[in-house]
Amino acid sequence: MGDVLVSARGLEVHFPVRGKGKAAGVLRAVDGVDLDVLRGETLGLVGESGCGKSTLGNALLRLVPPTGGSVTFDGTDVTSLDRRGLKEMRRRAGMVFQDPFASLDPRRTVAQTVSEPLEVHGLRSGKRERATRVAELLELVGLDPAVAGRYPHEFSGGQRQRVGIARALAGEPDFLVCDEAIASLDVSVQAQVLNLLRRLQRQLGLTLLFISHDLSAVRHISDRIAVMYLGRIVEIGPAAAVGSDPQMPYTQALLSAVPVPHPAKERARERIVLRGDVPSPSDVPSGCRFRTRCPYVFEPCDDVDPALQPAGAPGQLAACHLHGVEGTPVTRTPEGVTADP
Amino acid sequence: MTAPVLEVEDLRVRLRTPRGPADVVNGLSYTVGAGETVAVVGESGSGKSVSVLALLGLLPARVATVTGRAVLQGEDLLTMPPQRLRQVRGPGAGMVFQDPMTSLNPVLTIGRQLVEGIRAHGDVSKQAARGRAAELLREVGLPDPERALDRYPHELSGGMRQRVVIAIALSNSPSLLIADEATTALDVTVQAQIIDLVEKLQDEHGTGVIWITHDLGVVAGIADRVLVMYGGRCVEDGTVDDVLERPAHPYTRGLLGSLPDLAAPVGPDGEVPELTAVPGLPPPPTDLPPGCVFWPRCPVRADPRCETEQPPLAVVSRAAAAGPGGATASGAHAGDGAGLPHRAATWCAEEEVPRG
Amino acid sequence: MSIQPTPGPPPYQEPDGERRPETPEEPPGGSPQRESRPPPTLRPARPRWQETLSLLAHNPTAAIASVVLLLIVVVAVFDDTFASEGANEISVTDRLQPPSWEHPFGTDDLGRDILSRVILGASVSLRVGFLAVGFALVVGTLIGLLAGYYGKRVDDVLMRFMDMLFAFPAVLLAIAVLAVRGPGSGNTALAIGIVYTPIFARVTRASVLGVREEVYVRASRSVGASDWRILTRHILPNAAPPIIVQTSISLAFAVLAEAALSFLGLGTQPPNPSWGLMLAEGRGFIELAWWLAFFPGMAIFLTVLCFNLLGDGLRDVLDPRQRTQMAGGSRAAGAAAAAETGGNA
Repeated sequence: MGDVLVSARGLEVHFPVRGKGKAAGVLRAVDGVDLDVLRGETLGLVGESGCGKSTLGNALLRLVPPTGGSVTFDGTDVTSLDRRGLKEMRRRAGMVFQDPFASLDPRRTVAQTVSEPLEVHGLRSGKRERATRVAELLELVGLDPAVAGRYPHEFSGGQRQRVGIARALAGEPDFLVCDEAIASLDVSVQAQVLNLLRRLQRQLGLTLLFISHDLSAVRHISDRIAVMYLGRIVEIGPAAAVGSDPQMPYTQALLSAVPVPHPAKERARERIVLRGDVPSPSDVPSGCRFRTRCPYVFEPCDDVDPALQPAGAPGQLAACHLHGVEGTPVTRTPEGVTADP
Repeated sequence: MTAPVLEVEDLRVRLRTPRGPADVVNGLSYTVGAGETVAVVGESGSGKSVSVLALLGLLPARVATVTGRAVLQGEDLLTMPPQRLRQVRGPGAGMVFQDPMTSLNPVLTIGRQLVEGIRAHGDVSKQAARGRAAELLREVGLPDPERALDRYPHELSGGMRQRVVIAIALSNSPSLLIADEATTALDVTVQAQIIDLVEKLQDEHGTGVIWITHDLGVVAGIADRVLVMYGGRCVEDGTVDDVLERPAHPYTRGLLGSLPDLAAPVGPDGEVPELTAVPGLPPPPTDLPPGCVFWPRCPVRADPRCETEQPPLAVVSRAAAAGPGGATASGAHAGDGAGLPHRAATWCAEEEVPRG
Repeated sequence: MSIQPTPGPPPYQEPDGERRPETPEEPPGGSPQRESRPPPTLRPARPRWQETLSLLAHNPTAAIASVVLLLIVVVAVFDDTFASEGANEISVTDRLQPPSWEHPFGTDDLGRDILSRVILGASVSLRVGFLAVGFALVVGTLIGLLAGYYGKRVDDVLMRFMDMLFAFPAVLLAIAVLAVRGPGSGNTALAIGIVYTPIFARVTRASVLGVREEVYVRASRSVGASDWRILTRHILPNAAPPIIVQTSISLAFAVLAEAALSFLGLGTQPPNPSWGLMLAEGRGFIELAWWLAFFPGMAIFLTVLCFNLLGDGLRDVLDPRQRTQMAGGSRAAGAAAAAETGGNA
């Protein structure tokens, strides 16, 4: 651990939106992200729907073309790769998708799906060797190799997700992006897949980017956690620090909103209920992005966009004026925003 | 507590499927008191959603055979004629589904959909109904309710839409509110808002709530009583503290063990422990095992009867320790909420050990 | 390390041999066992076409349709053998005979045996139908595939061209083609094929637009698959059902279109028969001698019906989801139950 495998600098992914009546706007799905994923670590990327976490994951692998900034993978600039370089990069970086029912081609057998990377990259010559490798991969993810000839619809969600993981691992990648990989699964199956991912990460020395809206799962699997809000990373740090002592008001609210299956603790907890909705990423507030919902807004928040700066534990960064600008936290009640006690 | 709002007794649902008859719900009994929240917990395929759809006659009669008794304010929902059932659905029981986008009609304004619901169950003028609609939207916390009446569902965010659905469900002040995975599609911060809202409304109106979910975390926050379903059966029920803090059924314990613990993720050795996932998959309702439904996945299997004999829903609380075997399912229903028994359908109920 | 493609073994294995995935928590003795086990095949147990045929045989309507179609095709191929009497021989004494033992389908206004003409007409009509639809299918699908997949400029250029063809009155377009190339069944087929190409292009494009956004397409791209691979292995197979349906419908319409063109004197030239031409010729006698139009009409009807039934059957049979259901539902549950080994370990 230590050196950087994947790194984003000022990464932007903007989508044009056709406005009704208005002139065409821009949807800022990812809006200036600096992120380093260290070799061998599991980085959890957490945020609510629409915060751009999936787009970020896709942009790191150039599955969505970035509109600004840069991404480097193991020292190579991903945005300027030619066709062959891109292909090789995609061998070295796998992706597991959210919906296991949609991410497998219904007309191809499990074996055909898992062996696709092998064929694409010419990793095993000959059908026999590919079949052997597919069997290995299926065993690796806890599936019986005998089911290789079956079609996806014959499997349950959890099993399909295992197939998806086997496909992502077929190219022997260094980097694995799991985009909401457990979100569509049943609780007990989520645990199976989480355990599997953790086991694989250790066994294969993978670098894992675990994207999820589920803070508990992220906390469970990650070494470090990055929190995203409206296209920007607003807090990042060691999992223990972010998970128990968050420094950014948004993370605090997010953490307090996660239900805990202990009635006594749940009753005793003080919950910060945020008012209102996440603003649209095509209409990002000026200054701090979180100021429209933040219970602590004060002077600089309206105009100055806070940068990530050290806060709390070592290695923990938060983008909040409470930690940078002079002045004490003020509890204000502007329109639509109430400060909860 | 007064007489229960809803009393369900031995509810059974059998569906006709291409793969033969599926016993989706097998003898479910519970009561919901006024102002009480009963959480029905289960994974997909456990029959939790079907059981409430059956109550309101929302299953296609061609496919589904529903038996049992479900008394809502003195009337049996399962035997009443369809016209009466339609009348009951609004003022008797409101429903909130998982996906607010699909339960709202995309081509009608919010106002129109609310007004329709209000006027369907009462002789109100259009103007009055519109006023009531705006009032309802204000009550569920929609900003600027007057303007929201003229908006279309797609113009609102997911959380706002779910608020509208709740407003529609509450428009006839039902005595029972059924929320089927109502917050599953929402973000946690929005989920917290909705849960707050439902609790507030419940306090104000004394509505009984059936909260169907797979999320035990939500259950801990909202429920008074929990009913854990597996393979169409209730495998454990009791107060929320009993079931979540002292789970007796191996399945409930497995389910709780599957959850990553946000509060205390690090074990004694400083390592994040593996989750104790339940292996395997729930049985298909077309092919339920003969003995205990959970037997094929059960890590305990401590009793010879597990494989062959179905365990009854038996009291597992301290009282039960004195008389092994415990009370059977039928005798346990007392109208009053105090001293609710903690019951589990298993041969392998463990001594009451709080989970750590 | 850089991400340049390496010609030899992938760089992944270089750091140390241990990083190669191996099953960890396998009991001792597990490895030799695995080696002795024959590697499973990448394909379904039975060849796909064999399974397809057997499933088709279990679908009664599709099975009957294919048998009837096969009969029609055999008749069309060996038309000379079946139509013993000279189908183009005029016999004034036999004109407008109703169906009888001698002339099962009766005779026409020139005394020709209608059965023989229907048999001869089968080869003409089917040939035109197959050629026309074959042309439209290949060209239209290709255009639709490219337009739908690449979108933007490619889509604009190709589809505007298709719109132009589409906007042209079909008959006028066919007449124009035939006017340039002269009448005859081959040119008729080409004309009809050109007219139908935009339909296939549109159907394919619409279907591709849906499939293109599927997650499994993105998943395939994420492992480095090329456009060509994605198009042929993922998009085309999944976009095929509406194209198959369109093919069976178009075959039917092509037979009728040939009739229309022949009626205008641009298709099959008299005295050679085609079903369409016979239908057109019999039109004038419909009150006097119904059999003139009835039998060629029935031939068209039967062929068209069979094409449609077969098309529906094929669409179902080619869908793996339907396949499993047809092959016996318990298999799916069995697979699910059997699939997980030590998954939870």
